[in-house]
Amino acid sequence: MGDNFPGKIGRMEITLNGQALALDEPLSVAALLERQGLAGKRVAVERNGEIVPKSRHVSTQLEAGDRLEIVVAVGGG
Amino acid sequence: MEDLLTIAGKGYRSRLLVGTGKYKDFDETRRAVEASGAEIVTVAIRRTNIGQEPGQPSLLDTLPPSKFTYLPNTAGCYTADDAIRTLRLARELLDGHDLVKLEVLGDPQTLFPNMPETLKAAQTLVKDGFKVMVYCSDDPIQTRQLEEMGCVAVMPLASLIGSGMGILNPWNLSLIIEKAQVPVLVDAGVGTASDAAIAMELGCDGVLMNTAIAGAKNPVLMAGAMKKAVEAGREAFLAGRMPKKLYSASPSSPTTGLISPK
Repeated sequence: MGDNFPGKIGRMEITLNGQALALDEPLSVAALLERQGLAGKRVAVERNGEIVPKSRHVSTQLEAGDRLEIVVAVGGG
Repeated sequence: MEDLLTIAGKGYRSRLLVGTGKYKDFDETRRAVEASGAEIVTVAIRRTNIGQEPGQPSLLDTLPPSKFTYLPNTAGCYTADDAIRTLRLARELLDGHDLVKLEVLGDPQTLFPNMPETLKAAQTLVKDGFKVMVYCSDDPIQTRQLEEMGCVAVMPLASLIGSGMGILNPWNLSLIIEKAQVPVLVDAGVGTASDAAIAMELGCDGVLMNTAIAGAKNPVLMAGAMKKAVEAGREAFLAGRMPKKLYSASPSSPTTGLISPK
């Protein structure tokens, strides 16, 4: 669970959509979506190159160094 | 009997497939799509805009998946791996929907397909259970290989994506159409209604377009024009055109009973 030295307990950094993101506490995928204002939205999540199905958003805990992609459908040809 | 376009076992009344990009706003998107009569609409998959305001309308609200068949694409992907990841995300996003448009680009200037990467991606996606409609070069050998791999439709370009240059090589398209056992759709290059009609007269099973409609001065009016052009071209193909006769004119009116007989 990331660096575990005093004062930084639980703190960790992930990469979300290509940008570094520091989290104060360990989060599940569902909690991350909540934090980003995406709870209940039609999005899809990939973690370290693997799809995280909606049914596992709650049970999947993020770990330090995770690379997350959250995507939506947009206009395109 | 109804003349349906059958893709992966499902019949569609409309042979015009439209993209949803480049419109002024979602309202124009919706009006143009409705005027086109399209049942299949392409969409792109992109990272959520981290700063996006919550509660903003989404494309999925504008064109409900209950009403349209979504065709998620891999626009902007330059490797097989990126395309595969994108479509796996699309399948998750659209609740297991597996009809997809594969495109692996080879060059940002021309958006010409990278065929080796396209073939690689197609192979993996078909094995993974996707129903793959594939953007490809107008090369009858490549389209045959894609078909043999299990792609459900081949979609050669008629000219460059977004160029509006029309049907530049009808002979290659005819070669592909003659041999293909899966639907052949012209994807890319159509600029105006006559281009769509020509594609259909050649015997294409359908046409996919975006910029020709979205880039028109009046996209909604052009969407209606494209609908008619695709229908007219299809009917002309089914009717079987008269043969071209270069040097022998043949009058349409009776040659006898003239007031001044020769």
